[in-house]
Amino acid sequence: MRFQLIGVNHKTAPVEVRERLAIPESRLPEACKRLSEHPSVAEGMIVSTCNRVEFIANMKNGTGDLREFLREYFATDLSPFEEYLYEFREDDAIRHIFRVAASLDSMVVGEPQILGQVKEAYATARAVGAVRAQLDQLLTRAFAVAKRVRTETAVGSSSVSIASVAVELAEKIFGNLNGKSVYLVGAGKMSELAARHLLAHGAASLFVANRTYDRAIRMAQKFNGQAIEFSRLYDTCDRADIVITSTGSPHFIFRPEHGEKLMALRKNKPMFFIDIAVPRDVDPEMNKIDGIFVYDIDDLQQAVSSHVADRKKEAEKAEAIVNGEVDKFHARLQTLDVVPTIVSLQDHLETIRQAEIDRVRGRLGSMTNDQELAVEALTRGIVNKIMHTPISTLKTAARDPESTTVIELVRRLFNLHDDLHNDGERETATARAVRDRGAED
Amino acid sequence: MTLIWLRVALVFYAAGLLYALVALTRTSEILGKVALHASYLGMVFHFVSLTEAVVQSGQLASASVHNSESLLAFLIMVGFMLAYLVYKTTTPGIVVFPLVFLLTFIAATGQQPLVFASVAVKHGWLAVHILMIFTGYAALFLSFGASILYLLQERALKSKNSSGMFSRLPSLQVIDDIGYRSLMLGFPFMTLGLIAGSVVAESTYGRIDFLDPKILLSILMWAVYLLMVFMRLSAGWRGRRAATLASVAFAAAIVAWIANYFSGMHRFITS
Repeated sequence: MRFQLIGVNHKTAPVEVRERLAIPESRLPEACKRLSEHPSVAEGMIVSTCNRVEFIANMKNGTGDLREFLREYFATDLSPFEEYLYEFREDDAIRHIFRVAASLDSMVVGEPQILGQVKEAYATARAVGAVRAQLDQLLTRAFAVAKRVRTETAVGSSSVSIASVAVELAEKIFGNLNGKSVYLVGAGKMSELAARHLLAHGAASLFVANRTYDRAIRMAQKFNGQAIEFSRLYDTCDRADIVITSTGSPHFIFRPEHGEKLMALRKNKPMFFIDIAVPRDVDPEMNKIDGIFVYDIDDLQQAVSSHVADRKKEAEKAEAIVNGEVDKFHARLQTLDVVPTIVSLQDHLETIRQAEIDRVRGRLGSMTNDQELAVEALTRGIVNKIMHTPISTLKTAARDPESTTVIELVRRLFNLHDDLHNDGERETATARAVRDRGAED
Repeated sequence: MTLIWLRVALVFYAAGLLYALVALTRTSEILGKVALHASYLGMVFHFVSLTEAVVQSGQLASASVHNSESLLAFLIMVGFMLAYLVYKTTTPGIVVFPLVFLLTFIAATGQQPLVFASVAVKHGWLAVHILMIFTGYAALFLSFGASILYLLQERALKSKNSSGMFSRLPSLQVIDDIGYRSLMLGFPFMTLGLIAGSVVAESTYGRIDFLDPKILLSILMWAVYLLMVFMRLSAGWRGRRAATLASVAFAAAIVAWIANYFSGMHRFITS
C-alpha cells in the first residue's frame, strides 16, 4: 500500500491556480492513462472539478513522488504552485479520499455533487485501465463510506442556498407546492432563480409584474407564465400564494392595508411574501397579519446560516465515521500485504514440519546428535525447496498491481486466514526480519 | 376482565403520553414511532375491553352508558389514526395522547361517576345518541388540537425560527386540513346525536325541558360549533380566530359534560 495524493482545492488555491492545473473532461482519459504508465506509478486516477484538482496514485515503491509526473505532464516547473499544493500519503491519503467522497471537504459541506464527480473520475480511470487493484478497492470503499455518512448523519440533509431555503419555507406553509401560483414583482436574477426552484418543486403558475413591461414579458415567456402591467399589481396579486418582490422601489410596495385587503379577498388563505429587494419592498408590519408570512433577505440569510451551523455539528459525526473507516480499510489492506503472507506461510509450513518430526520420532528410536541434525536438515531442506517458488512469486507479485489477487489466492490455498492479528507484536518482528532478508536477495 | 384489558390499553397509551411530554422540549422521531405502535396495540386492547363490555351487558346502549369515558377515548384514537393514515403525521398526538390517557385512566379506575336509571338505558335511541355525540366530541377535540398546532406552527414561521422544538411539525396546510376535515366530519354527528338525544328525552318524559342545564349547554355548544363551521366556510377563518372559536366550543363541550352531574333529566331521574 503506497497511496499518494497531491492536489489543490478551493481552500488552498485561488481559481487562477486551480484552472491552470485543471484537466478538461475530454483529456481526462488520456491523462489517467499517462499517470498510470508513469514509471513510479502502479495505478492512478485524477479528480478534476471546478473546486479541486487531485492526482491519486498507488505507487510502485516508497521512493516515487507524484510531483515528477506533474512536472512532466504539465511540462512546467512546480515551484510557483508549491505553496498551493497539498500532499497526503498512506492513511492520510485514504482519509482524504473518504472525506472528499463524503462531501466533508467541499466548499458547501454535504453538497451531493462531489460524490457523482468522484464516481465519474473513477469510471474514467477504470475505463482506460488506470485503476485496477488496490486503488479500485479504495474507491469502492470511499463510495460506501460516503453512503454511510449520508444515511447515518444529517450532513447534506438541509438545504443551503437562499432559493432552496425559500422553497423549504414555502413547503412549511403550503405542504407541497402543487398547483400553487408564484407572483414575481420585479424581474431580477435572484427572483428568477427563486421562481425556477419553486416551479421545479411543483408550483403551477407564474405571474410577472415589472415596471418595464417588456422585461416582464420576457421573463414570463421563459417560464410560460403571464406578464402583468405594473399598474394592475394590486388588482391581481390576490391570485398568488407566493409573492417574490425584488424591485428597486425606495418605498414599501406592500403595506399592512394591502395585506388586510388581500386576506379578505383570499378568504384568509395564507400568503407567503419573499422580499429579496434592498431597500425592502414589503413592510415588515405585514408579517403581523394573520395568514401572511413575510421573509426578507436577512431572514432568508439567517435560515441559511442556521442550516450551515447544523451541518457543522453533523460533520463532526461524519468525521468520526471516516476515521473508523480509514482504520478498517488499513487493516484490510494489511491482510493483503505480501510480507505478513510470507511470514504466515513460513510459520504454517514450519508447524507442519515440526509436527511430522514429532510423529515419527518414536519409530526412529534413539538417535545420535548427528542423526538429529541430519533429520532436521533434511526436512528443512525439503520445506525450503518447496517454498522457494511460491515465495519468490509472491515477492514479484508485490511489485505488481494485481498482487492482491495472488496474495489472496495463496492465503486461501494454505488456509492462512486468522493468524494475522492474534499476535501483532511478534508478527511485526518476524515481518521485519523477512523484509530485511528480502532486501538482501 | 373489561377493566383489565382497559388497564393494559392504558399502559400502551402511556407511551403516547410520554411522547407528548417529551415533544414539549424536543422532537424525537423514534419515540414518535414507538408511541404510534404502542397506540395500535393499546387500541386493540381497548377494543377488546369495549366489546367485552357490550357482551357482558348484552346491550349496546347500557354498555356505552357505563363505559362512556372509555368509549370517548377510543373514538378520539380512531380519529387520530384516521388523520395519521391520511397525513402520515403523529404530531396531533401531542394534544390527543394526554386527553386519551386521562379519559382511559378515569375509566380504568373502575369508578363510574354516573348512575343511570336502568329503564331508559334500554332505549335503542340512547346508543345512537351516545355514539353520535361522542364521535362529534372526538372530531371537535381533534379539530381543537389541530388549531393549537396551527397556532404553534404559525408562530414558529412568523418568528422566523425554523430550528428547535417545532421544526418537525407538519406544514400549516396539513394541520389546517386535519382541523377542517374533522370539523366538517364532526358536525353532522353532533347534530344527529342531539336529535337522537331529544328523541330519547321526548319518549321518556313526553317533553323536553329546555331549562335543564345539560340541554341548555348542549344547545350552546352546538351553536358555537355551527358558528365555527359557518365562519370557516364563509370567511375561511383559521389560525388564531379559528383556535379561539374551537376553544370556546371545546370549553362548552366540557361544561356540557360536567353538567351531567347536575342535570336531573340527563340522569333520567324523574323530577
